[in-house]
Amino acid sequence: MSALDTDIAHLLAGALVLVSFLLLYQDRILALLNFFALHACVLALSVAWQAYVQHAPHLFITAAIALLFKGVIIPVALYRIVVRLGIHRTIEYAVSPGPTMLFGIALVALSIVVMMPVTAAEGAFVREDLAFALSVVLLGFLMMVTRRNAVSQVIGFMSLENGLVLAATGARGMPLVVEISVGFSVLIAFIVVGIFLFRIRERFDSVSLEALDMSRGESS
Amino acid sequence: MTGEWLTQAIQAVLVLACAPLLTGVTRKIRARLLRRRGASVIQPYRDLLKLIRKEAVVAENASWLFRVAPYVMFASTWVAAALVPTFATGLTFSAAADLIVIVALLGTARFLLALAGLDVGTSFGGIGSSREMMFASLAEPAMLMAVFTLSLFAGSTQLSSISTYMLGPDAGLSISIALALIALVIVAIGENARIPVDNPATHLELTMVHEAMILEYSGRHLAVIETAASVKLLLYLSLIACVFVPWGTAVSGAGLLAYTIGVVAYAAKLAVLGFLLVVFETAIAKMRVFRVPDFLGVALMLGLLGTMLLFVSRVSR
Repeated sequence: MSALDTDIAHLLAGALVLVSFLLLYQDRILALLNFFALHACVLALSVAWQAYVQHAPHLFITAAIALLFKGVIIPVALYRIVVRLGIHRTIEYAVSPGPTMLFGIALVALSIVVMMPVTAAEGAFVREDLAFALSVVLLGFLMMVTRRNAVSQVIGFMSLENGLVLAATGARGMPLVVEISVGFSVLIAFIVVGIFLFRIRERFDSVSLEALDMSRGESS
Repeated sequence: MTGEWLTQAIQAVLVLACAPLLTGVTRKIRARLLRRRGASVIQPYRDLLKLIRKEAVVAENASWLFRVAPYVMFASTWVAAALVPTFATGLTFSAAADLIVIVALLGTARFLLALAGLDVGTSFGGIGSSREMMFASLAEPAMLMAVFTLSLFAGSTQLSSISTYMLGPDAGLSISIALALIALVIVAIGENARIPVDNPATHLELTMVHEAMILEYSGRHLAVIETAASVKLLLYLSLIACVFVPWGTAVSGAGLLAYTIGVVAYAAKLAVLGFLLVVFETAIAKMRVFRVPDFLGVALMLGLLGTMLLFVSRVSR
């Protein structure tokens, strides 16, 4: 693999981390959806590049799945849900962007520190890829922790899953069956979550998760 | 040696002479994008001439600082701009043309302007100075982080060396450099009082920052400050052009043809960057003042992230 190939793979994986940060920064739901679609597109590009570089045609299928499901179908469906729920103008202020960003940077540092020694025996390429993938996963978790709106939590979950796909493509030899099943399980999870969103709203008149605290007996 | 001196002298004159033209061109493009006809591109020169001819009115309780500040500010901005290689590398002051020196010179200019804003004791000056300092407390670290990323990448803080390194075969693509570029662009927008941060064309009390500080100035003092603002815009665009798109820049000792190509390439780069800046400005709305720290905080974060990711790639190289 030439230096330029590695550089481009590095650039795309880094861009995915950057888009994860952009997701954290957004506080309007529709902008969040747009950036989630962008996240999936960057992932698809990155996976397609890996497929080209590694001469692994099945990875092209993974890229196509990412582009079709996560880049188009899920954002469009979420958009419809958001409009039907009437929350498309909502602005969330759970935790302000500044501290969240700093925390996200700390998570990226953590994943670099963790991944570098663990994968010392591997090639440079795999190492970087895994470090970036772990950062994307951790940033997805951070998003789920800091947001109160159920839709944003779904997006956090999906971006986390994008990180898993990135890790899987970097480490060679993930069977296609596993990837397709992961893709479908995410879709099913999405459908279940969509149904739950409506159930939550019916019950509590809101999709803010604070309302759930009351039914758990935790409200102050 | 004489060649270097000559290049340095031409460069210093060039940045000063071109700065109002750049401002004029950006205003013209902006007007066209808004479907207005706009003033001629040489209008800023006429404005400056008019201001120089007019009498300078100074407030009664203004101290010596108020009179001195514009000149010192102009001088430090001009020196900083002359240090950035525009059309040729290998200037006389290459050894001193350190990115950190440029940040410090700009910091000096800002400090004096903020002091001058406070000097007369009007409320507008005070509000402008305090806002400027609030933005500066985030913009300067962000700029420094971007500078550190570049310096770690190229192994030098000297602009000529960085520019040469970027032209060389070792540079390659890097996510850190992309992050540094975005951070630098955000800082440039913030520092030059462009639209999402500050509106250079407004005199609305609630929103102005830069204009509020210079509200008390008139005549030649105002002319000097306006020139310094134009030079600062030119400086940031040249900095971005010199580091991120160094192609076409003449190396020291090259023939006359290389220098001509350098000048043409520099003009083209400035035109493209200025056009992009204006398109961005017309596409976006002005931010609330208290959203600006978030915006500049993003630049700081990107700089930090760029430095961190650099270590990942550095280990692997």
